Amino acid sequence: MWMTVSYACWGISILLALWMLYDWFKVDTTYSEDVLTSSREGELEAVSEKHRI
Amino acid sequence: MTAAVETELTTTIHGDRVSLLRVLGPAHVWALGVGIVLVGEFTGWNFAADKGGALAALIVCWIVGLLYTSVAMIDSEVTSTVAAAGGQYAQAKHIVGPLMAFNVALFLVFAYTMLEVSDAILLGDTIVAKAGVEGLTHNSFIAATIVVLAWLNYRGVLMTLNVNFVITAIAYVSIVILFFSVSPWTQGAVLKLNELVTPANALPYGWIGVIAAFQFGIWYYLGIEGTTQAAEEVRSPARSLPYGTMAGMITLLIAAAMTWYVCASLMPWEYLGITYYPLWDAGKLTGSPLLENLLFIATLLAALASANGCINDAARAWFSAVHPKYRTLYRSILFVLPMALAFAFIADLNQAITFSILSGVLQYTFMSINIMMFRKKWPLGSIRRGYTHPFHPLPAIVLFCLCMVTFFAIFLGFGSQLIAMTVFYFLISLWFHFYRYKFVRRGDQFSMPWPRPQGY
Repeated sequence: MWMTVSYACWGISILLALWMLYDWFKVDTTYSEDVLTSSREGELEAVSEKHRI
Repeated sequence: MTAAVETELTTTIHGDRVSLLRVLGPAHVWALGVGIVLVGEFTGWNFAADKGGALAALIVCWIVGLLYTSVAMIDSEVTSTVAAAGGQYAQAKHIVGPLMAFNVALFLVFAYTMLEVSDAILLGDTIVAKAGVEGLTHNSFIAATIVVLAWLNYRGVLMTLNVNFVITAIAYVSIVILFFSVSPWTQGAVLKLNELVTPANALPYGWIGVIAAFQFGIWYYLGIEGTTQAAEEVRSPARSLPYGTMAGMITLLIAAAMTWYVCASLMPWEYLGITYYPLWDAGKLTGSPLLENLLFIATLLAALASANGCINDAARAWFSAVHPKYRTLYRSILFVLPMALAFAFIADLNQAITFSILSGVLQYTFMSINIMMFRKKWPLGSIRRGYTHPFHPLPAIVLFCLCMVTFFAIFLGFGSQLIAMTVFYFLISLWFHFYRYKFVRRGDQFSMPWPRPQGY
């Protein structure tokens, strides 16, 4: 039983890894680099925190 | 004002610009912090007993608890003010400078990735130990742990931390069930603390053993500072981060005390100090198959929760492109994935743990200096703080002193690794200063709308 679980773990790992690689390729070829890297850390906070004391 | 309005407009148009989602609350912050740490109760802390005896493990539980309470207080103030993904990296960038930020980012990525590796190895070894099947190795379980959790993180932060909340809560409740199942109020029935910890063997190596035990005492709480990485995804950073972090520390102090009491009352320190499964062993020693199986499952869940939180935090420390559909840092997650797999297959558990602890303590040392600079450059009243920690500068001084003691303890146990890592960070800093610094865009360093710091 444990050997079957072990093989199932390999199978699931390979399937999910391949899906992530496929999705990565799909996203990178669909959207421009400017859009994907447009987020700036702290940006949303800058909207809500004005720091006027 | 104009800049703020422009930012508001541009961040909300999906498809034009993509950013992380603000979907988390205090419970998720708790799940992230406690989830990363709780595995330390299931394995790791007990090696402190090997260094200095059972009483030393209890003494460091409280003293290291003080170290982490200082970490939580300082972190809550700085993070509720510098509310940006990247946590201590973003703090270093704003408060100290690019070279410190570069080093802190490396501390974070190594600390979380090596902890994730340790968790995966622990999970694999625990399953192999339970199965007891000839020819069964831990590799498939390690691969599944790392890849499935990476996939979960890839698909979205809300589900990731909902899962973490549930499995962390189950693991925590298992400790509480174990504690009340052994009649903790009655010595002699199941627990035999007065026989196992006596004045003659409480501190077998004296007070130097207590100092040496600091190295593994860190395991009681290692990773609670990871709550800061959720700063950009919580709905209200000023409220959620201090609440989640402080509640996490209180939860962990209680769990650590219960764990020590049950384990030290069931196992002699000579065995407690070398076993990889103190709580699972405690479950076995009660003679109850139900408790034994519960603690086995809880050990697996704690390892899963920790690895899950570590993937979340390592990705945010790295920070890269945001997935337009899932709103996660998908490239960071995929970048760290092969690194974790490679280390998990080639490194042993002790090396990975030491790497993680060293990077963590370097980070805490930075935090003690960071808060002093933060208060000096932006004194109280100059900017709005989500939370202001009391007794400043006492927590910073306590944190710095306890970090120095921990470095000495690590030197006693893993001196060569400590020196090797220090040399590594020194050389990589030289590389950054001479070859990389020229590419740093200083104007982009400050993303907070703060006034100019005092003295500049």
